[in-house]
Amino acid sequence: MDWKRFGFIFLIIVLLFGVVVVIGGAQNSPVIIITSMLATTIAVATPLTLGALSGTFCERSGVVNIGIEGMMLSAAFFGWLGAIYMYHIFHFGVGFSIFMGAAFAVLTGMLMGLLLAVLSITFKVDQIIGGTVINILAVGLTGFLNRQLFFGKGSVFGGNIPNSPGVLPTIHIPIEEIFIPLCKTDSCIQIVDSINKVFDQKPIAISAILLVFISHYVLFNTRWGLRTRAVGEHPKAADTVGINVIRMRYANVMIGGMLAGLAGAYFTIESVPSFEPLLTNGRGFISLAAMIFGNWTPIGAWTAALVFGASQALNIKLQLFRDLIPPQWAFLQQSYVVGLVPYILTMIILTGIIGRTTPPAADGQPYEK
Amino acid sequence: MAKDTQVVLDAKGITKKFPGVLANDNVNFDLRKGEIHALLGENGAGKTTLMNVLYGLYKADAGEVLVDGKPMVLHSPKDAIHHGVGMVHQHFMLIPVFTVTENIMLGAETDHRAAPNEAALVKLDRKEVAQKVRELSQQYGLEIDPEAIVGDLPVGVQQRVEIVKALYRKANILILDEPTAVLTPQEAEDLSRIMHELTEKGVSIIFITHKLKEVLAIADRITVMRSGRVVGTANPKEANEAQLASMMVGREVILTVQKKPAQPGEVVLKVTDLRVRDVRGLESVSGVSFDVRAGEVLGIAGVQGNGQTELAEALTGLRNIEGGQFILSGKDLTGKPPRLITESGLAHIPEDRQRHGLVMTYSVADNMVLCDYYQMRFSKAFVIQQNQVDANARKLIKEYDVRTPSPFTAAGKLSGGNQQKVIVARELSRPVKLVIASQPTRGLDVGSIEYIHKEIIVMRDRGVGVLLISAELDEILSLSDRIAVMYRGQIVATVDRKDASREQLGLWMAGVHEPA
Repeated sequence: MDWKRFGFIFLIIVLLFGVVVVIGGAQNSPVIIITSMLATTIAVATPLTLGALSGTFCERSGVVNIGIEGMMLSAAFFGWLGAIYMYHIFHFGVGFSIFMGAAFAVLTGMLMGLLLAVLSITFKVDQIIGGTVINILAVGLTGFLNRQLFFGKGSVFGGNIPNSPGVLPTIHIPIEEIFIPLCKTDSCIQIVDSINKVFDQKPIAISAILLVFISHYVLFNTRWGLRTRAVGEHPKAADTVGINVIRMRYANVMIGGMLAGLAGAYFTIESVPSFEPLLTNGRGFISLAAMIFGNWTPIGAWTAALVFGASQALNIKLQLFRDLIPPQWAFLQQSYVVGLVPYILTMIILTGIIGRTTPPAADGQPYEK
Repeated sequence: MAKDTQVVLDAKGITKKFPGVLANDNVNFDLRKGEIHALLGENGAGKTTLMNVLYGLYKADAGEVLVDGKPMVLHSPKDAIHHGVGMVHQHFMLIPVFTVTENIMLGAETDHRAAPNEAALVKLDRKEVAQKVRELSQQYGLEIDPEAIVGDLPVGVQQRVEIVKALYRKANILILDEPTAVLTPQEAEDLSRIMHELTEKGVSIIFITHKLKEVLAIADRITVMRSGRVVGTANPKEANEAQLASMMVGREVILTVQKKPAQPGEVVLKVTDLRVRDVRGLESVSGVSFDVRAGEVLGIAGVQGNGQTELAEALTGLRNIEGGQFILSGKDLTGKPPRLITESGLAHIPEDRQRHGLVMTYSVADNMVLCDYYQMRFSKAFVIQQNQVDANARKLIKEYDVRTPSPFTAAGKLSGGNQQKVIVARELSRPVKLVIASQPTRGLDVGSIEYIHKEIIVMRDRGVGVLLISAELDEILSLSDRIAVMYRGQIVATVDRKDASREQLGLWMAGVHEPA
């Protein structure tokens, strides 16, 4: 990641936040707006961050993964379904059921990763087609099972959609408790309070940030990472020094699948306790854009994911401040206009205006001895 | 002197089949301690297959390999490395975006701590490995910077990295696969010094090549292979080039090109102050002027990357010309499209035959009409006359001795030599006035080289001008009537063949000028 890119990311985030501060300034103080937007940004960037990490692991090892979308979608469904089964059929407690739901989501992602690996590594199917297979499979499978299990009289749940056990709880980081006693004015208390809201995130959001730094360390400072990058750059060279190319690729694609699975869990286990067909809504593909913009590095991908998160936060906030939008900016009242921002950003980023990125040299090429 | 005859590696009865080919047929090969044993043979003779078997990349169908008298079980290169066998591949097995240190430690990340079973997530100790690399490079006189990014290094240095990589793995048997194919004459000399230094320190070297001069200069013992079999062993002190060449090819080979004195006619190509930029937009041909006459060969010598590629591309219309002009038989063709230039009588044998010379997936017949498929001979009302195309192909295949199963075989299926013959047939069978031949024999076997050289001289004697661009000094010296040396985008010297000496040309190629 070069400074030009970080600068661009910083500029866009400032711009997006600035729009909301200007419009919502009449109703809230800038501190409250910025911190609450930051909190939303981090939360909604979670699946994008995890998706981008998924892509990074796969592509660093030489396997293009455009199936992230499908992996997320199927993990979201099976995670949610797992939680419901644990709760309603096996009568486990709420907490354990939710946790198992997340575990099922990760497992689903791993199995989808395994499918991609079998297709693209063992059978050397064109990797774009392999990824497309996963995307189509996920849409069909989740849509079909959703209908068969929950809708109509003959379905397993007899047409009643049971309540899911709920979502993961927020983890409270005690910033308030530490800093408020040090405050002397009311405004100070208010600031600490709103800063605390930024840090009060749910488990998957927090683990996504931790995983960014863990992945960075693993890829660039460990034996595993060196070998992963070697098989993605020049698999034959890795083979000649005794590295098992096939095994490395399988493992990394399955790790990528697990990360996409965790991203899927975000939707139905952490965000809202329900599933609807196609709920991932293109986020898997935006993750790929983030990965590319981040030049196939975890930290770079994360910052790019934050830009997309910020543009979604903008959308949410503008709906909140709808009535405050001045008449000459009336078009911003239409949520679909603002909703376009992430997709427009994706296009700008992928044109390469902000500098070229270089994918791993053997990305997308099956290895043959 | 028991040490000198101690056999460190002994391959017995190695047989390896590929679908349709017997690549190694009961091959025996042994290596003594501290010697340089050359393995000589044409492309496809089975040298590389044998080495890949020794290195564990291929599994032999029969036979065994003994290291220090004990049989070596080979499942993967790991086993070979474990037994002290290291290999420097013809196409380097280095990762361009990694540093020298990272490349060297890859696959043996923690071996210097003698703890090979550590977990996958162990931290890389780049500093310690870099230190070890520095020690090794000092010990063997192999200068490398451990922190450099490999992709930024010249080929000769990359090769040193490969050698250090093997030494880092404690290799005492080193396989060098066609190590000089990519080197400049100076780098090749450097390599032979390094090889001798290594053998003095007890390393044994298997040296694979098809270059006869080198073998005689460097090797202690020579084994010759032909179509999968060992055909003989020779002592470099007694052998000569002609004898080795006929062992390799299986018949008499004429190594020196036989040619009559040239009879230059009028100027066919006149290049004046030509300026061309390369892919990165940097000027790589900076004001080049020269003439080529009918019936002579002008050789352009130079280390690769001094503007020869761009010069050839500019003259064939494949690259924009920034300044200057060129005139082909009285016609100013500066900045004209390639088809017009081709129709004006230019034949082009491009340096990368697989990317620019042929459409690899097209048949031999289709490849042979790439220049004139649209002309009346082959096309009527936009429809290609396939029977004419086929007849043309059959005629050329016979005339130019192209070894192909049929005219309909994809060009990509042929051997390198036969691919080049397809190009030569297509280009030289047209009525041309000038031939531009870029690296026409790169990577070809002795037999094909002999053939291509003969064809070039035939063209010259027919009164065609030839511009020969080659990085092989031997080729330049044996074919050219006049020699120009290119260095950093300029022609630094032009001499008659009879006034040219190898040493002087080498100095010019390296950018050294004698005081006037």
